[in-house]
Amino acid sequence: MTGHRHGTYRFLAGAILPALALYAVFVLSPYAQAFYLSLTDWTGVSGDVGLVGFDNFRRLAGDPLFLAALRNNGVMLVVVPVVTIALGLLLAALVSFGGRRGTAIGGARFYQIAYFFPQLLSLPIIAVLWQFVYHPNDGLLNGLLRAAGLGGLARSWLGDPHLALAAVMAVLVWSSVGFYMVLFAAAMSAIPTEIVEAATLDGAGRLATLWRVVIPLLRDNVQVAFVYLGVLALDGFAVVQIMTVGPGGPDNATEVIGLGLYRNAFTYGKFGYAAAMGVALFFLTLALAVVALRAGRRERVELA
Amino acid sequence: MKRAHVFLVSWAAVVTLPLLWAVVSSLKTDREILTSPWTLPATPRFDNWARAWDQASIGRYFGNSAIVVGGALLLTMLLGATTAYALARYPFRGNRLVYFVFVAGMLFPVFLALVPLFFVVKQLGLLGTYPGLILVYTAYALPFTVFFLHAFFRTLPTALAEAAFLDGCSHWGVFFRVMLPLARPGLVTVGIFNFLGLWNQYLLPLVLNPDPDRYVLAQGLAALSVSQGYRSDWSGLFAGLTIAMLPVLAAYVVFQRQIRSGLTAGAVR
Repeated sequence: MTGHRHGTYRFLAGAILPALALYAVFVLSPYAQAFYLSLTDWTGVSGDVGLVGFDNFRRLAGDPLFLAALRNNGVMLVVVPVVTIALGLLLAALVSFGGRRGTAIGGARFYQIAYFFPQLLSLPIIAVLWQFVYHPNDGLLNGLLRAAGLGGLARSWLGDPHLALAAVMAVLVWSSVGFYMVLFAAAMSAIPTEIVEAATLDGAGRLATLWRVVIPLLRDNVQVAFVYLGVLALDGFAVVQIMTVGPGGPDNATEVIGLGLYRNAFTYGKFGYAAAMGVALFFLTLALAVVALRAGRRERVELA
Repeated sequence: MKRAHVFLVSWAAVVTLPLLWAVVSSLKTDREILTSPWTLPATPRFDNWARAWDQASIGRYFGNSAIVVGGALLLTMLLGATTAYALARYPFRGNRLVYFVFVAGMLFPVFLALVPLFFVVKQLGLLGTYPGLILVYTAYALPFTVFFLHAFFRTLPTALAEAAFLDGCSHWGVFFRVMLPLARPGLVTVGIFNFLGLWNQYLLPLVLNPDPDRYVLAQGLAALSVSQGYRSDWSGLFAGLTIAMLPVLAAYVVFQRQIRSGLTAGAVR
């Protein structure tokens, strides 16, 4: 707008270059280097870098620990978004339409405030908290089960290879549901009540109304939620690293890609190999985003 | 109707019970935690908090977090706002490219950069220093900040800025005196978003901040819980946990509406 005015270019340089320099040094250059390092056998000694082509990736394909991580992240990638979104939608619908004749329920504000809070806590702090909750002898969960006379259900949640991954996923779901519930509830409040009311009057059951009428109107929000939760599920590092034994869980039941990367780089010094894991994770993330966006690109429902 | 409330109350219990349990336990003796987990403490033991703050270094970690997050937040908002403004309001050759390069940063997982980043920071002699963490935090917060504020500056009216230029205002003058105040709602939203994101950082300090004296809060608390294992100082750890949660809870009680709408707005964009 002001190309002719005095000093425009000096202003632009002053406004953009500091940020760009910082970004280039700490973000762009590491990302670019990562692709190069993934093709080397570098162990951190300067000058001693050997190009090994795709050897690291070939080794990854036969690394049982990496394959375990891939499987666990894969399970998390399906379970965490589906459960979180289902719970979030259900809670949002109950709050938004659970009142008389499809209106907001009493105390809606209170529920939203309470549910949202875990979103504000960092995952490491949540992991420390749940480490106690899951404690086999003195934890909250087993304590509650015993108090309810269900002591037979008490388990060593993080110590049992069959339960550890589920326990980790439960923590991720617990911490995320409130956020998506608030997101969905905000979108639901934009839906005219007549639409919901009309569907109920037509004799549609509550679940059918939710499934056929409300959720199609929330397609964009659900799609965004899938991408964000997918990224969360491909990570899982903080929770696993802090909560599970090893870390990585009994029989590697909770090994995740990020944990393997961290261990190979900063415990074993296999920086080239670790970089290859980072590249693999990048392509997984990219694939997730592409799939989610493709899947969401059907015809949109517009409210008149 | 009744069933709706039953379900909603159950989830509220699932969310709040672990948190309440941690806070109540932080005021008990170790014996009380183990022998009577369901009762309130006979007398509230605030000395647990004092012990966690001093001996377990939670106070030090808290201070470290405040310095690093405060510095990074200021720098992020300053650099992010100037960059977003310049890109949103001044067409020039390469504008789109610069914008795209910044925004592309949101697509990449931090894990990809982790190994080279460690060596970049090490070679600059910034490993385990406040400036190192502040600069890295800022660099990784920039893509979203630029993306969000760019969209925001585009929506602001041009008339005021034009008038200020006619009055003889410089480019910087227009930015600081006219556009920045207009952009306040956007700045608050992205500021809240960045504060929580930076306060909750774990991976970056874990790798770039190996000096225990400089640990940030989440990092220090995690190290404490791992190193003490399950056995020893439960009440102290619960106290540390509570101290870590309280400021966020307090901020949430005061700003809950802005925080919820700010964070969810961040996700929708």
